[in-house]
Amino acid sequence: MKKKFSITLMALLLVAALGGCAGGKSPEDKSSAPDSTVESQGSTQNQTPAVDPKYGGKVVVGVQQDIDSLDPHKATAAGTKEILFNIFEGLLKVNENGSLICAVASDYSVSEDGLTYTFTLRDNVKFHNGKNVTAEDVKYSLERASGLLDGTPLISSLATIQSVTIVDEHTVQVTTGSANLELIYSFTTAIIPAGSGEEEGSNPIGTGPFSFVSYKPQEGLVVKKNPDYWQEGLPYLDEVNFKIVSGADTALLELKGHSIDLYSYLTDSQAAELANEYQILSAPSDALQAMFLNNKVAPFDNVKVRQAVCYAMDRDLINEFVVGGNGAIISAAMLPTLKDYYVDLNDVYGTGANIEKAKQLLAEAGYPNGISFTVIVPSNYEAHVQTADVVAEQLKAANIDCQIELVDWNTWLEDVYRQGRAYQASICAITCDMTPSYLMVRFQTGHKKNFINFSSAEYDAAYKKAEASMNLADKAKYYKEAQEIFVKEAGTAFIQDPPITIALSKNLAGYKFYPIYVQDMSTVYFINK
Amino acid sequence: MKKIGAWFRDQNAYFLVGLAMTGLAVMLGILSFFWTPYGTTAMSAAERFHGPSLRHIFGTDNFGRDIFSRVMQGIGTTVIVSSLIVLISAGAGILIGAITGYFGGLLDEVIMRVTDAINSFPSILLALVVISILGRGKQNVIFSLGIVFTPSYVRIVRSEFIRLRDADYIMRARLMGVKKLRILFVHILPNIFSVFWVSVTIGFNNAILAESGMSYLGIGVQHPEASLGNMLSDAQGYLGRAPWYALSSGLTIVWIVLGFALLSEGIRRKQEGRK
Repeated sequence: MKKKFSITLMALLLVAALGGCAGGKSPEDKSSAPDSTVESQGSTQNQTPAVDPKYGGKVVVGVQQDIDSLDPHKATAAGTKEILFNIFEGLLKVNENGSLICAVASDYSVSEDGLTYTFTLRDNVKFHNGKNVTAEDVKYSLERASGLLDGTPLISSLATIQSVTIVDEHTVQVTTGSANLELIYSFTTAIIPAGSGEEEGSNPIGTGPFSFVSYKPQEGLVVKKNPDYWQEGLPYLDEVNFKIVSGADTALLELKGHSIDLYSYLTDSQAAELANEYQILSAPSDALQAMFLNNKVAPFDNVKVRQAVCYAMDRDLINEFVVGGNGAIISAAMLPTLKDYYVDLNDVYGTGANIEKAKQLLAEAGYPNGISFTVIVPSNYEAHVQTADVVAEQLKAANIDCQIELVDWNTWLEDVYRQGRAYQASICAITCDMTPSYLMVRFQTGHKKNFINFSSAEYDAAYKKAEASMNLADKAKYYKEAQEIFVKEAGTAFIQDPPITIALSKNLAGYKFYPIYVQDMSTVYFINK
Repeated sequence: MKKIGAWFRDQNAYFLVGLAMTGLAVMLGILSFFWTPYGTTAMSAAERFHGPSLRHIFGTDNFGRDIFSRVMQGIGTTVIVSSLIVLISAGAGILIGAITGYFGGLLDEVIMRVTDAINSFPSILLALVVISILGRGKQNVIFSLGIVFTPSYVRIVRSEFIRLRDADYIMRARLMGVKKLRILFVHILPNIFSVFWVSVTIGFNNAILAESGMSYLGIGVQHPEASLGNMLSDAQGYLGRAPWYALSSGLTIVWIVLGFALLSEGIRRKQEGRK
């Protein structure tokens, strides 16, 4: 027998509430998004809605990196996903509180054993090509993403799906091989028209608030309003141009010249520079900034060297210099937002510098005269570049010579993240979704996203246990254990969750911060003057 | 001492002012290899964005680093890089220019068309291409700009060699059976230096501007080492908050370039006066 998950049970199992449709509450309650109340979390400054939002208008949003794929199932870069969020939707969707709300589906239920998911499709959701979304499309999308079509899962977290069956024209049932509490978050995977897989890369068609107009490499991507969007009253804007602005300096010039209306990722000093001309909003970015150490390449194949680097960094100072002290120091691959799974391990290496300890460890590792290495930094992220400057200076004290090599984003993706992986160290950030596994799954031995080549049997075991746990307490326990192992092994030198600071043109309102890395333009509107 | 006094009277104002300006800059640059008032990368959270004062005469930057120390290092870097660029391009220019100019013929035609081809690209653009193949970094900037600036020297040296190869004293040397190499580099070369020095000083200026430009674009001298170009690029983000940052690096470039421009004008005038 299948039983609907009640809200209370869900809340027990998953820290991020699965409100919305699960309890039978109509998702339409949330549809007029600007009017819904915003539960602020932390210092997040979601904008309070104005009385009189205006429809229409064009907005230019500055983004930091080029797009790696227009195909929502193939895109991996966070900078791509933040844009595609406006074009595509899954059966479910994350809202600004991190909760799941229904999107293409109008309701869903999970069987008691956690193996079968049943989704009821919403009536009259239309693709950008004007066709209604059918159960056939949903089946196709999930099968494509989970690898049932051709054997290679495009979205690895969906790989446990065994079959997708159409019950009737409004109901789709998904069966998985193993129960996993976090799987529900993967149903945010984009729904695309059946058979459109080949074309998505050049002409993406989804169900989101905006439809694709054009994309020019190195220039940007333009989307226009989807008049048939299922959430009534959204979006407000007629057109959004995501313009690629490489480099923080260029961005600042463009902002000063008012050629872009919205730009995230400002540094502390840039925000101060723009305070008179723009609205400056700030929130935790829910990304993990770190100096990633390649565990396979000398000198970081030695755990003592990795620990030495962790000791030698003064993260309090980095926080102060780069983001004006507004970041949150983090030591493990987990964000404080995921309260139940987060364990504060800042004391292991301390947040300040411990040069003596670092030198001692280097000597024990066989490097009494210090080490020298190159850190690769994507040049389009001013905050990472500045962090590299500070880190290089700090490590000097421990006889660690750190050469900075700036590369453009695509080179970084190729050399560090995807294929090469022959780098020594790299300062960058990884983003997170609402599941604890998202950050931690990648550090398993041999995982395809394990770009630091971390390898620990203990960690793998703890992670496996966490993944298989069917109750929150166990899950949290094993995740915490895995984090402790990772930190003890100093897999990587974590720095902080930097704040995200955006500049928003003064005649715009309605911007919402998400606990995931997206730019939701559907609720942004011009203020009537 | 008298000799020095006489030497100075012999010079014109352009030359003297230019010499003083470049001399001061180059001395600061060389001094930076041994000593700077503060560490060039030493950071201080307490002293971020301090304006110019007696303690920090050019103020401090976003990391609380002393800008004057970094400007000194920047001059040092820029002067070394530019000197090497001039050395490479002028050296190659003399070699190629001498041979093509003296011998002429098919080789001359081919080499001149190649230099025409190089010249037809904007120099920075061409250097960017070389960098994108070789990768970023100081050595590659030196190498690529060295190549890019070679044709201008080739032209000057070649035209001088063409002018002198049929001069009477060269004809005589040739009749006396002096070896070709000796004619090229002992008999002709010293006589083109008057023209050559002017182009070297101008070339030095071009090299400084090109190096600053490339470092400004982030492909030249890399963080955290200071160069005038990358300081200017860093300073851009703080124009309103810390104008002294951009001004100190920008005006230093102006100072050096103006100095060399005056110097080259001074040399040119001196030679005209001599004629």
